[in-house]
Amino acid sequence: MQGIIKIFKYSFYDVLRSRWTVLYFLFFLISTFALLYFSGNMSKGIVSLMNVTLTITPLISTIFGVMHYYNSREFMELLLSQPIKRSNIFIGQYLGLAISLSLSFVAGTFIPFLTYGIFVSPEVWDFSLLIFTGALLSFIFVALAFLISILNENRIKGFGIAILMWLCMAVIYDGLILMVFVTFNDYPLEKAAVIMTTLNPIDLSRVMILLKLDISALMGYTAAVFNQFFGTTSGMIISLLSLSVWVVLPIVLFNSFAKRKDF
Amino acid sequence: MVEVKSIEKSFGKLTVLKGVTVQIPKGKVIAILGPNGSGKTTLIKCILGLVIPDKGDILIGGENIKNNWKYRNNIGYLPQIARFPENLTVSELFRMIQDLRKNQNPKNNPEQTCSQFVSLFQIQSFLNKPLRSLSGGTRQKVNVILALMFNPDLYIFDEPTVGLDPISCVRFKETVLKEKNNGKTILLTTHILSEVEEMSDEIIFLLEGKIYYQGSPKELMANKQENTLEKAIAKMLEENEQKNTN
Repeated sequence: MQGIIKIFKYSFYDVLRSRWTVLYFLFFLISTFALLYFSGNMSKGIVSLMNVTLTITPLISTIFGVMHYYNSREFMELLLSQPIKRSNIFIGQYLGLAISLSLSFVAGTFIPFLTYGIFVSPEVWDFSLLIFTGALLSFIFVALAFLISILNENRIKGFGIAILMWLCMAVIYDGLILMVFVTFNDYPLEKAAVIMTTLNPIDLSRVMILLKLDISALMGYTAAVFNQFFGTTSGMIISLLSLSVWVVLPIVLFNSFAKRKDF
Repeated sequence: MVEVKSIEKSFGKLTVLKGVTVQIPKGKVIAILGPNGSGKTTLIKCILGLVIPDKGDILIGGENIKNNWKYRNNIGYLPQIARFPENLTVSELFRMIQDLRKNQNPKNNPEQTCSQFVSLFQIQSFLNKPLRSLSGGTRQKVNVILALMFNPDLYIFDEPTVGLDPISCVRFKETVLKEKNNGKTILLTTHILSEVEEMSDEIIFLLEGKIYYQGSPKELMANKQENTLEKAIAKMLEENEQKNTN
């Protein structure tokens, strides 16, 4: 544990000082201000921000994760030759990156909402859930990016696979679900829909936020099924649990690959 | 000091080490030589635990290194490629590694040793610069200091003088010999044979994943009746080629 903290501390400083983290923060700061300004009201702003968050956070976390892993490849060799456990090095690096990314996201979205007076508005919990989900997505996609990078020695290939993964989850998956539903229209598909949603963390996050916001017009099929299947509260708990699995599983896998890997 | 017992390692279809057995005695400078791709770096990385051998054991100070990480308290390693976190400064990097190795031998004083080497290699003016702005040579100096800082019993240098300017090179070699006289074991790989002649007591020549020769460089030269190590090694390799073609 001590080892993790020591590695984390420096990796966190390193990432936080990088130009890209600052840009990421500024991006959210500016776009959140813009969304709030144009939508004029807090709850519309939250919905718009949700759409931006669900696309951008996974993308940037994936790219950062892959870049960071490959860039620190040689430095990891040096760290691995130090008297410290392998898993501590990787978990420390992971936490350093994931926490600093979540921090720039949270700060970038929080400051505009704060100036618009989120704390006195009834949407404070909706907004909290949104930034919590965004941070969780950073943790998930950095972990997935690390997992992809450790399995691919070739940087270009690793990068390609990571981007493809993001594309699949953010864009292609929804189309795929729709196609399945249209094709198998005649069969009861509720269970299949629930399962397919839990297999995609971006969908899962969308469902969780929409359940909280309770906007049935925006729910779409999967969220409506979730709502019908579990009800609002247990639906949210189940999506939250599935999202936690999405954080833990890649880390566990990554860790077990790291233990056996040659550097 | 280090005992390598019939180590085998392959990466996919490529077999890199085919049963390497070596004894590395304490208090000597040992150079690992061999053509590119002969397995020098892999052997070193096996000793460091970066590469996990398929077969065989490695003992350091009588202790098996398998599933063990504490033994690395006693090793100072200088990797071939020096790349560090871009946004940390030099002194932050030193502090980070010192932090990682804190709870070892209390008689060591890495901070003091570090500042000695900082002035020896003249990088005082770079201490507060971010690592991304350093030149290749300066980065290599930082790399060297990281390896020397903790007063370990075993040093492992992978091509240590690449990129160093002549003054630093001389100072580095002096430091190595001084450490040897302090009873430290030094294991190094290099392609510069004059350095080997100058520094090492023993050479280990790797060829195609096997130990081809182990002994002192002087012996090899006398054996092959050549007056430089370069020629002696070339002769040894030629003889090997002839044997293979016959």
